[in-house]
Amino acid sequence: MRDQLRDYIKTHMIKDPTYPLKDDEPLITGGLVDSFSLVELAVFIEDTFGARFDDPELTAENMDTVNQILSNIEAKQ
Amino acid sequence: MLTLPITLNRRPATLIEQARWLCRERAAATAVVLVEHEGDRRLSYGAFFEGAARFAGALEACGVQPGDLVVLVLQHGEAVLSGFWGALLLGAVPSIFPFLSDKLDRERYFDSVRQLVAHSGVRVVIAGPELHAPLRDRLAGIPSLAAVLNIEDVVQAQRPAPLEEYLNRHPADAGATAFLQHSSGSTGLQKGVMLSHRAVLNHIAGYSAAINLTPDDVVVSWLPLYHDMGLIAGFIMPILQGIPLVLMSPFHWVRDPKILLWAIHHHRGTLCWLPNFAYNFLATRVRPAAIHGLDLSSLRAVINCSEPVYAESHRIFLEQYAYYGLRESALATCYAMAENTFAVTQSALEMPPPLDVVDRRALMEDRRAVPVDNGLKPLAPTVTLVSCGVPIPNCEIKIVDEQRRPLPERFIGEIALRSSSMLSGYYRRPDATAEVMAGGWYFTGDMGYLAGGELYITGRKKDLIIVGGKNVYPQDIENLLNDIPGLHPGRAVAFGVFNESLGTEDIAIVAEADTDDPEARADIMREIRARVAQNTDVTARYVHLVEPKWLIKTSSGKVARRANRERFIETVLNRVPEQRG
Repeated sequence: MRDQLRDYIKTHMIKDPTYPLKDDEPLITGGLVDSFSLVELAVFIEDTFGARFDDPELTAENMDTVNQILSNIEAKQ
Repeated sequence: MLTLPITLNRRPATLIEQARWLCRERAAATAVVLVEHEGDRRLSYGAFFEGAARFAGALEACGVQPGDLVVLVLQHGEAVLSGFWGALLLGAVPSIFPFLSDKLDRERYFDSVRQLVAHSGVRVVIAGPELHAPLRDRLAGIPSLAAVLNIEDVVQAQRPAPLEEYLNRHPADAGATAFLQHSSGSTGLQKGVMLSHRAVLNHIAGYSAAINLTPDDVVVSWLPLYHDMGLIAGFIMPILQGIPLVLMSPFHWVRDPKILLWAIHHHRGTLCWLPNFAYNFLATRVRPAAIHGLDLSSLRAVINCSEPVYAESHRIFLEQYAYYGLRESALATCYAMAENTFAVTQSALEMPPPLDVVDRRALMEDRRAVPVDNGLKPLAPTVTLVSCGVPIPNCEIKIVDEQRRPLPERFIGEIALRSSSMLSGYYRRPDATAEVMAGGWYFTGDMGYLAGGELYITGRKKDLIIVGGKNVYPQDIENLLNDIPGLHPGRAVAFGVFNESLGTEDIAIVAEADTDDPEARADIMREIRARVAQNTDVTARYVHLVEPKWLIKTSSGKVARRANRERFIETVLNRVPEQRG
């Protein structure tokens, strides 16, 4: 799941599959992902992992790192 | 039967005079419905202007005089609306500053507020409780500044608000500056567009006629108020015309885009303005399950404005929402800028805007828009442009060459305009004003052509990038990268690349790096992205490092933005086909 999520972010959001994305790297405040893309990411997570994020949950506080997103997904599964 | 208060034949002298009329004639009618997390909150015109009078009282207590600048640094909500009108009631000059976002670096943000306040001689800054204390500290010592006002103090003071007295005071005449719109650009280079009461009211009259505004219209908006489209179409026009405005915060909408659709449904919204990317965003990011039972049939116009308009964006938006009652005839377009208050052209309502299919080679090389009959020349590469409509009443446009001489139809040149709603000038920037105004004309810097009276836009100011409706100047991004260790100073270039699925541009940065070490390169890329996000509030989608001497330079030794953009598209983007999951 970690690799799938990381691959998606690298390929579709950062547009650089070779980017060495760290699990604690800030996505939003680090300028890797913008707030419009968070909705796109939520759709991917729901389709792939079956964990649904409601729109108000899509904030920098909840979704800023791969680790944070993963623990939120696990909490929902 | 109600009629519109402001028409081409009848308009008040000032916005304050119109406020007096609204308080007398429409006190109980709905001015604003605020769509908030807790639910909808309605304000009548009476309550709305009472709130404005409270702010006027607080500003007056700080010593604000007619003509003084008042800057609002506030989240979307009632306070920013009443604070704006509170300043207007005193004849002071309000201006709305973008609010701090998740991405922006706080210190850089405070610095940009400080620059604006110091350069423009701002008298009072109005802030919310979350930013009041830090702003007060950062702005201390600026001679013009009398106070940083906390909205909580204004609300809690319970000062009696002498609304009647304010409405009868006449602190401004028609030629006085009503408010400033800050033209987007780098924070340091912002220019305050001065608009007189006369210009604003002329614009409301002209634009209302262009869209056949009626007293039965309901405007629904999520647009930010520091931008002309949100400020005029999504605030000033509906308030002045006495029609209801349903307003939500852009932060709220981005996280939960369906709220716009449900607000249209619940309030029978008839008019909505959107930048092009929002068509794609709404078409692809709202789950069908979240809009079961939605009815958009009340919409008579969804007006695409402030970004280049793409026919494909209209198509996917219509495809998604026709089922929910959206009519194709509701799709409309507009070309606008703060320097003309707002709109310059508007497409005819009740019909989709005309499309112009032209020869791609002639457009690029000969600077001419040669119509192509696809039936006759099916193999000629073509470009489809969407019309931005015809000039609104009291506005004329012409296309000029580099010597500012008029060009005939279908020749591409700079768009110049002359109208009764133009800026009086840039605030305290006569140099910048003289650059763009001559002989009563304003030279927009945007490129386009006229065909059959319709305006088509083909390019814009100085490599400007528009991301999700936000203007970004590439030089501002490039300047941020100069001192990153491992990058060659001055050897980074930024430009926009159209993203078809988002309906807007992505920012791409190409920079020459000294090192081949993958770890060091990753750190450089991280630093580039972080700086861009924290300073400009946009995200760089592509960050591409290249070896020294990759970038193409001009004869004068500067990095050639357009040539490098072409090179990046050919050698990087087109070589690695996008993977789709």
